Amino acid sequence: MIIPGGESTTISRILFKSGVYDAILQRLRQDTLYIMGTCAGCVLLAKEIVGNKDDVKLLHAMDMQVERNAFGRQKESFEKSIRIKGFSEPYNAIFIRAPTIKKVWGKCEILSEIDKKIIAARQDKFLALSFHPELTTDLRIHEYFLEMIV
Amino acid sequence: MRELDITKLRYGTTLVKKGFAKMQKGGVIMDVINAEQARIAEGSGAVAVMALERVPADIRAHGGVARMADPKIIQEIMHTISVPVMAKVRIGHFVEAQALESLGVDMIDESEVLTPADPFYHVDKRKFTIPFVCGCRNLGEAVRRIWEGAAMMRTKGEAGTGNIVEAIRHQRMVTSMISKLKEMDKTGLQKLTEEYSQSYVNSMKTLTNQKIVDKTVVFEEYIYSDVKKEIFDILKEIKEIQRLPVVNFAAGGIATPADAAIMMQLGSDGVFVGSGIFKSDNPEKRAKAIVEAVAHYDEPDVIAEVSKDLGDAMIGIEIESIPKEQLLQKRGW
Repeated sequence: MIIPGGESTTISRILFKSGVYDAILQRLRQDTLYIMGTCAGCVLLAKEIVGNKDDVKLLHAMDMQVERNAFGRQKESFEKSIRIKGFSEPYNAIFIRAPTIKKVWGKCEILSEIDKKIIAARQDKFLALSFHPELTTDLRIHEYFLEMIV
Repeated sequence: MRELDITKLRYGTTLVKKGFAKMQKGGVIMDVINAEQARIAEGSGAVAVMALERVPADIRAHGGVARMADPKIIQEIMHTISVPVMAKVRIGHFVEAQALESLGVDMIDESEVLTPADPFYHVDKRKFTIPFVCGCRNLGEAVRRIWEGAAMMRTKGEAGTGNIVEAIRHQRMVTSMISKLKEMDKTGLQKLTEEYSQSYVNSMKTLTNQKIVDKTVVFEEYIYSDVKKEIFDILKEIKEIQRLPVVNFAAGGIATPADAAIMMQLGSDGVFVGSGIFKSDNPEKRAKAIVEAVAHYDEPDVIAEVSKDLGDAMIGIEIESIPKEQLLQKRGW
């Protein structure tokens, strides 16, 4: 499953209301679901969130704490070439009101950072990215996720 | 062309601006006039809010010149909620836009709902870091706004009426014309480009009383031949992808869940609801119902279910009863 970008508050509300949230939790308990989460999806994968907790319901899948809009609002949104662990060439990443991963623990592995801010991480069947691979034509992230599965 | 310098952060690029708009897809953006309404909107599942001093229905009733909202109200709303906050500027009022950008609003709506400030031109939206949304009645207006740098389009509809008829008219105007592009060859597209560029030519003619040639500057620093070339390229892209190259929302007259869903079925990517929510009997219930309707726009049983027992919608206005000079949709060039 891919949880793409959007507003985490909105996505979480609709997931919960539609019953999809419970269905996902059930699959997580059975350990049968791979999830890639980008931006808002990255937020939902986390176990902890900084600040306002009541407006977003997390899936508690990964050993990490996220901070929403960690770079600021849309004015501070940016594009940047980044290094990703396991990628030989830089990757052009689009950050839109992006979250960051404030800290990781347990089995969660850091895949990329900018200025000491974690922007990509992986744990078991889950991949969390604070940027948007769905907005560019570079498919390496998608390939990476598929390789996790096969 | 891929930027490989891993030290540089690039703000306000086309991808970042259009990407922001894409994140709103499938969502509902609600007009709010204070922090309390903003909280209700967010709690009901709004994907963003539009911060205003008055909703369009009240602007219509109030009369006079409608301007950018008080920055204090906008900031209070920004501090209250976590979803993006948008705000409106008058057509062509680039200083109101600069002020909103400095406040840090997430998107600017250069809107016909406010009284136009510039009788010749819209804002050159490429000069800004934050993205813009603009209204359109037809493909020509959409293409000009996209050329000027808009990252998102919306139908104009007829704001503040609670009457969906104009939004549907504008959506159909845009999609029919896009489909007509399919049969157009290069000459046809060139002819259409000339037609769509005419607005800039006319403005400059009026301003200088001179004949416009290819090298004449017709808008900001752009000469006529560049305008034509780039508008042609936009049309060519639209012809190929058979949709606008930016996210396209419905706006102007949406009052019910079914109104929202019909716009989605007609091809809108999402919906703006202005007066429709907070001018109704039960704003919270109606807001939630419209969010559901947009998410499930092709499931009639859901539309029927969420439409139950919503109380009265806003009363609404028959378009024919509005004096022609008071139609908001005619604003814009």
